[in-house]
Amino acid sequence: MVIHDSLGGRGKSYPFRRVQCTPMRWGTTFRGLAKFAATVLITVLIGGFLGATLLRFAPGYGVDEAELNTRLSNSSIQAIRQANGDQENLLVFYARYLGRMARGDLGVSRTLQQPVLQLLSERLPETLKSLGLGLLLGWTLGLSLALAVVLSRAWLVDVFASLSAGVLLCVPAAVLALLFVLARAPGRLVVGLIIFPKVFRYARSLLVRSAALPHVLTARAKGLSEVRVLFWHILPTARPQLLALFGVSVSLAFAAAIPVEVLCDLPGIGQLAWKAALGRDLYLLVNLTMLVTLVTLIANSASDLVRHSLGTNAT
Amino acid sequence: MKWARRLAIGFLLLLGITCCVPAFFSNFDYAHQFRDLPNAQPSRQHWLGTDDLGRDRFARLLYGTRVSLLLAPAAALVASSLAALIGGAAGFLGGWVERAVMACTDLFLSLPWLFLLITVRALLPLNVSPLTSVIITFALLGCLGWAAAARVVCADARLLRHSDFILLARASGSGGLRLLLRHLLPNILPVLGAQFWVSIPLFILTEANLGILGLGVAEPMPSWGSLLRELESYSSLSSNPWQFVPLMLFIVVVSSFHVVITNRELPT
Repeated sequence: MVIHDSLGGRGKSYPFRRVQCTPMRWGTTFRGLAKFAATVLITVLIGGFLGATLLRFAPGYGVDEAELNTRLSNSSIQAIRQANGDQENLLVFYARYLGRMARGDLGVSRTLQQPVLQLLSERLPETLKSLGLGLLLGWTLGLSLALAVVLSRAWLVDVFASLSAGVLLCVPAAVLALLFVLARAPGRLVVGLIIFPKVFRYARSLLVRSAALPHVLTARAKGLSEVRVLFWHILPTARPQLLALFGVSVSLAFAAAIPVEVLCDLPGIGQLAWKAALGRDLYLLVNLTMLVTLVTLIANSASDLVRHSLGTNAT
Repeated sequence: MKWARRLAIGFLLLLGITCCVPAFFSNFDYAHQFRDLPNAQPSRQHWLGTDDLGRDRFARLLYGTRVSLLLAPAAALVASSLAALIGGAAGFLGGWVERAVMACTDLFLSLPWLFLLITVRALLPLNVSPLTSVIITFALLGCLGWAAAARVVCADARLLRHSDFILLARASGSGGLRLLLRHLLPNILPVLGAQFWVSIPLFILTEANLGILGLGVAEPMPSWGSLLRELESYSSLSSNPWQFVPLMLFIVVVSSFHVVITNRELPT
């Protein structure tokens, strides 16, 4: 906890506690990085194992259309099956799966007849663009409305913002996407509207709580301007939770990307996942899920890391 | 805001009762096709008109609401039970069991919900009977939605483990199972109740998303997902605004659940 002796305001010094960032703590950062790397590695290994298990035991694994050829003898069919690997036990399959993954071979999509890696590299930038725009819009809207509620303390603003967030919270992402298509509006904005109510609700309650803390009331009573109270006393207190929420909002954005990309015809990985699900293209689906998990994990860990590195302490 | 909560509960109860006896309010079956009346306008016979296949939209709305309103709580019950079992046991036992279970829970939480759901859904047969598809969809929601609740339950059980009354019960010779069932479970019930209520609108929204994407309940059985899918026919929407009625009802129902949750006296 950093204790400052002054408000830095109107000349006179007051004994007062204020929340402030300490300089980067390298020990914490290093430990955080190590923990982050370990978490990612364990997730990839376990996720890979679960994915491989799903693939191995999924109905239709190792079945080749050539087996339907009535002119083939039993021994030929057995040879095809062995070549397709359905005799492998799970661990051997997993080892090979990991080996292929390490070499960058994620298999071939059954429905699209293209290497999974190529599909991912083509589609990921599109989704990242939607996600980036959505996160920017959702956070800008959510945070600015929450700030407006806290700063203005006007019930009309609160009712308007809470009602908008409440209604958006009750509409499925797919319906919003459909309505956007109907209105010929850019579909990418839907991701922002999905994130906005969650950010607003959380940020609002957090900021309202922070604004009611005794040190904020004292700062106001001492005559500090609203802007100064906001940036020096309210926001720093709420910062750790807001950073944690950012990590969560990435996961929300990915979930929203599926219906949005499908219905607005945006060629991203959400649309790819839907096509893969309809075509039971498990290689593609499992790799997609792992990729999205990895991105989500990186976002969550990065927000945790920033939080710890800043060493934010809340009074 | 007690009146808002009462109003929401009253509305949900009324809707629930209405949907339990759909035959009382509508004379038609949800799958019955009036082939000479496709896309009919609202009339005394068909209150909300008919859809592309000539099926009565009001009957489908009633039956679809019943599917979602009955099965989403059932899925939430499954998820809460799993959370109680996993989180409660982890919090009560503590030590490496708790650490392992919580690590698994964290991993589970880092998996994106909808991606995981459609992956597992794709593993199961897609061309199944409507009834099986309903059971599969909601069972999946229940089985995959336990992780967040388990974390909360685990934290609560951990607190209770160190509480005085558990210590007293232990000192008076209560065994593990008795402690778990007689002392711990009744005390984590309020938390479980809160998690149960939180899960219901989440599952309703997820089912709707899956249904619109064609991965939910199979036709001809209606659900909110399949009813909202009608919004895809853009050309007819402007001339048939009553097609928005399922969406309006959906928003009101989910809002009611949110009102019930928000104004619920959550355990501290």
